[in-house]
Amino acid sequence: MGREPDDRVPETPQAKPEAAVAAPKLVEMNWDPITRIVGSLGIYTKIDFENRTVAECHSTSSIFRGYSVFMKGKDPRDAHFITSRICGICGDNHATCACYAQNMAFGVRPPDLAEWIVNLGEAAEYMFDHNIFQDNLVGVDYCERMVKETNPSVLAKAEKALAPHSNDHGYRTIADIMRALNPFEGEFYREALQMSRMTREMFCLMEGRHVHPSTLYPGGVGTVPTPQLFTDYMTRLVKYVEFMKRVVPLHDDLFDFFYEALPGYEKVGQRRILLGCWGSFQNPKTCDYTYKNMSEWGKDMFVTPGVIVDGELVTTDLVDINLGIRILLGSSFYDDWEGKGEVFVKKDPLGNPVDVRHPWNQTTYPRPQKRDFKGKYTWVMAPRWFDKRTGQYLALDTGGGPIARLWATALAGYIDVGYIKSTGSSVKIRLPKTALKPEVELEWKIPKWSNALERNRARSYFQAYSAAIAYYFCQKAFADLHEGRTKTWRKFEVPDEAIGCGFHEAVRGVLSHHVVIRDGKIANYHPYPPTPWNASPRDTNGTLGPYEDAIQNTPIFEENGPDKFKGIDIMRAVRSFDPCLPCGVHMYLGKGREIAVRHSPMFGVQRA
Amino acid sequence: MAPRNAVHDQAIRIDREPDVKEIDVLWITAGLSCDGDSVSVTNAKLPSIEDVVLGAIPGLPKVRIHNPVLAYEVGDDFMKPFHEAAAGRLDPFLLVIEGSIPNEEVKSEGYWTGFGTGDDGQPIPLPRWIDMLAPKATGIIAAGTCATFGGIHAMEGNPTGAMGLADYLGANWRSKAGLPIVNVPGCPIQPDNFMETLLYLLRQLAGLAPMIPLDDRLRPTWLFENTVHDGCDRGGYYEQAEFASEYGQKECLVKLGCWGPVVNCNVAKRGWMDGIGGCPNVGGICMACTMPGFPDKFMPFMDRPPGSMSSATAVFTYGKVVRALRNFTQWRKNKEPRWRHTGDHLTTGYRPRSFDGKRQKSA
Repeated sequence: MGREPDDRVPETPQAKPEAAVAAPKLVEMNWDPITRIVGSLGIYTKIDFENRTVAECHSTSSIFRGYSVFMKGKDPRDAHFITSRICGICGDNHATCACYAQNMAFGVRPPDLAEWIVNLGEAAEYMFDHNIFQDNLVGVDYCERMVKETNPSVLAKAEKALAPHSNDHGYRTIADIMRALNPFEGEFYREALQMSRMTREMFCLMEGRHVHPSTLYPGGVGTVPTPQLFTDYMTRLVKYVEFMKRVVPLHDDLFDFFYEALPGYEKVGQRRILLGCWGSFQNPKTCDYTYKNMSEWGKDMFVTPGVIVDGELVTTDLVDINLGIRILLGSSFYDDWEGKGEVFVKKDPLGNPVDVRHPWNQTTYPRPQKRDFKGKYTWVMAPRWFDKRTGQYLALDTGGGPIARLWATALAGYIDVGYIKSTGSSVKIRLPKTALKPEVELEWKIPKWSNALERNRARSYFQAYSAAIAYYFCQKAFADLHEGRTKTWRKFEVPDEAIGCGFHEAVRGVLSHHVVIRDGKIANYHPYPPTPWNASPRDTNGTLGPYEDAIQNTPIFEENGPDKFKGIDIMRAVRSFDPCLPCGVHMYLGKGREIAVRHSPMFGVQRA
Repeated sequence: MAPRNAVHDQAIRIDREPDVKEIDVLWITAGLSCDGDSVSVTNAKLPSIEDVVLGAIPGLPKVRIHNPVLAYEVGDDFMKPFHEAAAGRLDPFLLVIEGSIPNEEVKSEGYWTGFGTGDDGQPIPLPRWIDMLAPKATGIIAAGTCATFGGIHAMEGNPTGAMGLADYLGANWRSKAGLPIVNVPGCPIQPDNFMETLLYLLRQLAGLAPMIPLDDRLRPTWLFENTVHDGCDRGGYYEQAEFASEYGQKECLVKLGCWGPVVNCNVAKRGWMDGIGGCPNVGGICMACTMPGFPDKFMPFMDRPPGSMSSATAVFTYGKVVRALRNFTQWRKNKEPRWRHTGDHLTTGYRPRSFDGKRQKSA
């Protein structure tokens, strides 16, 4: 804790050498923008086609909006309305997290029913968002049209490969699944798109509007609880659950096929197991929003918070998690605040020292400048987690959210609510009987790798997790309603001086909001969504950001040579993190001597 | 024998061959945005995006939508039609801008937001794209409040000098086809409001509809002429002077911060999707997210709007006085704050210490 900057120990296992530059034929290849994600991301790579590997990668984002700047001086009650606008696909996660931070700062504990309503809304958000991302955005990387263009021999294999779970999902061969994923024309693509709308209806029932909610407030919600409200939600939920009974086996078949068809595919997007999850779904039984009890009520969340290093669960304590957060600037377009900005919070409410690089103490000084991949090249900062056991600044990733959530929940073994059971090495998900399908139990088991396919697989399982836990939340909401506990909001006063923090899981991973209130106004506010963690650039210590790290040394399985290269293996590696760039990224690969520069199609500028 | 109900009237067949056979929709999300408007559009059902792309609606041109959130293509493959359009080799096209336009002039180097990479290896800033594409576009839609009026990122104290598209191009801008900018505000955009507007323009280009009717803030009149309050199903409580004193109650929310009476928006009536959700109709105060004065003129959002109770207590004196008071407020809130403008000076109130805040004239 509180180390001086020069004490920082670089994370050697991650600080890979700057590529095998000696290799003679490195080709610089850029993809900017990366599409089928939310926000602006570009990837710049150097590829060694002879050895079929990505030699080097940088990550960069080209957008700055300045939330932490313009929120200063504003009314603290406005924080959730404003910060929702950070993200256009998980804005409600921001609004929710901001309300958590406000509740702490204002000292208010919402009525239980408000928490069930928020949990139902957030569960619907996971159901919607993972669904549209998995089958309308990521799914296209695995569709017939794409595989035909990048790996014709794999498609030929897929035509012959019978799908092991065809009875569950209705597609005979793997190629049939791939065809169903073709954009717009594919049957499953269109079905998923429609399902993404039904789940957004569920969301709107609870939180009013997607993606910027209208009914969330500090102190609770404005949603009026009636039998109609929960019935309208539940009748849609059961349709989604029936859909999930097809979706999970379908994705299992598809991803298993890639391991089989392309031996070594586990290396695509693989990196060291360094996962963070900040926990999701408050338990109103214990969550009083006080900082001093946060260690305890954090452990009662219905997705367990945790930091996992090399497969070991280092902590599940939100106070530990909070105090370990450090914001390094590294290769981003900002001036450092140390020595210039005010240190707002020297000790947390428990008396623990708070580092100057912690979000409570950050001041943002944007310095727009030219993009220089040897110097500063992105608007994304570099959040790291300080591991006090080793003194390392860990570049945790979220794996796009689900893999970290399931991993932490599985290892912790805290949850057993009837529909979800954490076993210590797996998570069991029970989906009750639906119209045409019997009860199904799914089991997500801790995988061998943190890689592209496992991040994607976990996403499907977490969709099922969200649906299953929503049965529990419906059950609790109905109980409150029928017993007459229908209040959904509790009054509060805004204090002159206070601090607060909120921890949540945005759809694609860890989310924290930190607020400092002075004279009844926001004196400092710093949201840290998942993408700065995943998309961060090389930090002050030279440690690569997770995208950079996962892509660098990714093997190339694509059958096209440099002329028609689509970079599909790189795309799969990046998209497995579910990039969401309104929170910020760009990537750059390449540092060796260039013999040629080619942009992804043969269009645009040829640089000598 | 002639069929009993043979049609001989002069109405245009809605499945006739469109005047404009094919059109590209170039959608730039690289304004200061959250991409929430693109995400919202995937939520539309009336029509849905696949209804338009797959040609389910009769009489429309064949439409190719180039939107980064949904595109099959990546990188330069994706950028190609944008460069082609800028070079005058792709015509006709509709341009959709999502996100506020940052002022790239208030600093001496770098970029607030870029889209694609230029000859110099640097990101191409959004204003340069607008300069290249606007003169060649058949029409431009500003999607969402950021693009229409500046929105959240144009809040007081912002470092980027953000503004809306009409602030950048001028409110009197006309496309080469004579179309004004079409503003569809909303934070985010109500899904069907956008797709319905796009559909209108496509039908107009097909020769099936007259010039799109817009108000003085360039909004489609049929979507934005009424206030939230006009369409809110809690209006009956207002009429009976029954006001919620706490969030979560079913009565009218004006005492708790709802701006519905002076906000031009149809969401309380239309719902968020298929009649589900919304704002004051489901317990969320109207924070005026469709308005030119959003957010500054409505903050703090949870305070009672000044003047709301004077009309609320005068609830039984319906008529001209209340309407006149509201019209005046509505007029003021339909104006953007003064700091959203072009030029090389930042006037948002932010005092930068890590960049200059005005352009350094190069020698």
